[in-house]
Amino acid sequence: MIDYLREIISGTWSLFVGLGITIRYFFQPVVTVQYPYETLPMTPRFRGHIELVKDEETGETKCIVCGMCQKACPSNCITVNGEKREGVKGKVLTEYTLDFTKCSLCGLCVESCTPKAITFSKDYNLAGVRKEAYIFDLKKRLEAKN
Amino acid sequence: MYVDPEIIRLLAFLIGVIAFAALNAAYLVWLERKEAAHIQRRIGPKEVGPFGLLQPLVDGIKLMTKQLIVPAGVDPVLFKIAPILVMVPAIMSFVTIPFSETLVARNLDIGLLAIFAFASVNVLGLLLGAWGSRNKYAVISAARVVSQNVAYEIPMLVTVVTLVMISGTMNLSKIVALQQGGFWHWNILNLSASPLMPVAFLIFFVCMLAETNRAPFDMAEAESELVAGAFTEYSGMGFGVFFMGEYANIVIGASMATILFLGGWDCPFGLFPGVHWFLIKMYFLIFTVIWIRWTYPRTTFYGLLNLSWKILIPISFVNLILTSAMLKVF
Repeated sequence: MIDYLREIISGTWSLFVGLGITIRYFFQPVVTVQYPYETLPMTPRFRGHIELVKDEETGETKCIVCGMCQKACPSNCITVNGEKREGVKGKVLTEYTLDFTKCSLCGLCVESCTPKAITFSKDYNLAGVRKEAYIFDLKKRLEAKN
Repeated sequence: MYVDPEIIRLLAFLIGVIAFAALNAAYLVWLERKEAAHIQRRIGPKEVGPFGLLQPLVDGIKLMTKQLIVPAGVDPVLFKIAPILVMVPAIMSFVTIPFSETLVARNLDIGLLAIFAFASVNVLGLLLGAWGSRNKYAVISAARVVSQNVAYEIPMLVTVVTLVMISGTMNLSKIVALQQGGFWHWNILNLSASPLMPVAFLIFFVCMLAETNRAPFDMAEAESELVAGAFTEYSGMGFGVFFMGEYANIVIGASMATILFLGGWDCPFGLFPGVHWFLIKMYFLIFTVIWIRWTYPRTTFYGLLNLSWKILIPISFVNLILTSAMLKVF
């Protein structure tokens, strides 16, 4: 009998403690990010799809078209093409395509890039309705940024 | 042309009651979503209208434009009548509820009895809806609803009998009038009638939650386990009407708790009584109901029945005996 009453009283009390916790949360400020209107800055280690780095001196890409990233990529999603031009040392980049539908974000291309010409972008708004939307022309992206 | 003022009065109350019930049902959904969001530190509806205030309207339009599917093999009459059987008694109950001294549609001497009579039709509606839809899972779920309602009607009615013994009347206006003059006169603190009065209020409140199928007792439509339970076969506005009936029942339950325990339209300090105090108390109780829903997880069915039969019923009977003894002695 005494156990029965003790259980009722302690049980009822625990219910009120629970209510107290939720009402405290009710009056605390909202913490969710209102996504389409607000965005968070991504952390430096965030791995988006890869992107060409701009050379601050020339304003062009740092890529020397060595093809190491293309070779390092385990899923063959990078296509690099260059051509020899008159009066320019080395090759000039003509095409840098990333097929993001296959990319597993392993980062081997970024690691193998000697001139540090590619990096991870901070872009995560990557919704699309067509597969073609995920084949990125990185050269065009870099030019659009300039 | 002479029109009896009584007819105009009745029409005004009919329109008023239906508007009050429908608006409450619509905007309690909004309130529920907002409160749930803030307890989880989100915002909730905010896109449609200021603060998402037009959301219930949009939801209503969406529900009405959905196809009403009547599955093959259902009992067409029962299937269609069941949502109405849930909604209509809820609206009917508003007829006897006194919002203030003068604002009452019909001041019945058996108001309390009438409300409980209408409240039990609600269960019938749920059972018929499930039975009519020819779905064994819905029938099992409806059986659970009925056993839950039977279990919780007993402590609720015993508590109400205690109050009727104290007040000596079933007229809701008179019950409120007896509690006038400050919160120390309210039945919840009427310790001279029975020292267990605050406990009786708790019992009434818990039973009200169970009667209206609210969490943590929402066995009727445990969305995650039973997939809408008793209303599995309902679509579009058929389901919407069940939903509105549930919210209208919450308003009835909160009004009953206000009238029976919290002094109705009385001000806690004995000043300026009026309809605003009734609404403040009622909406505070509704807020608490939603607050409870987002605090506790759903109970098991055994826990639900154990709570009623092993705890609430014995305590409410003890309260009844204690009250009758106190009434006889003093």
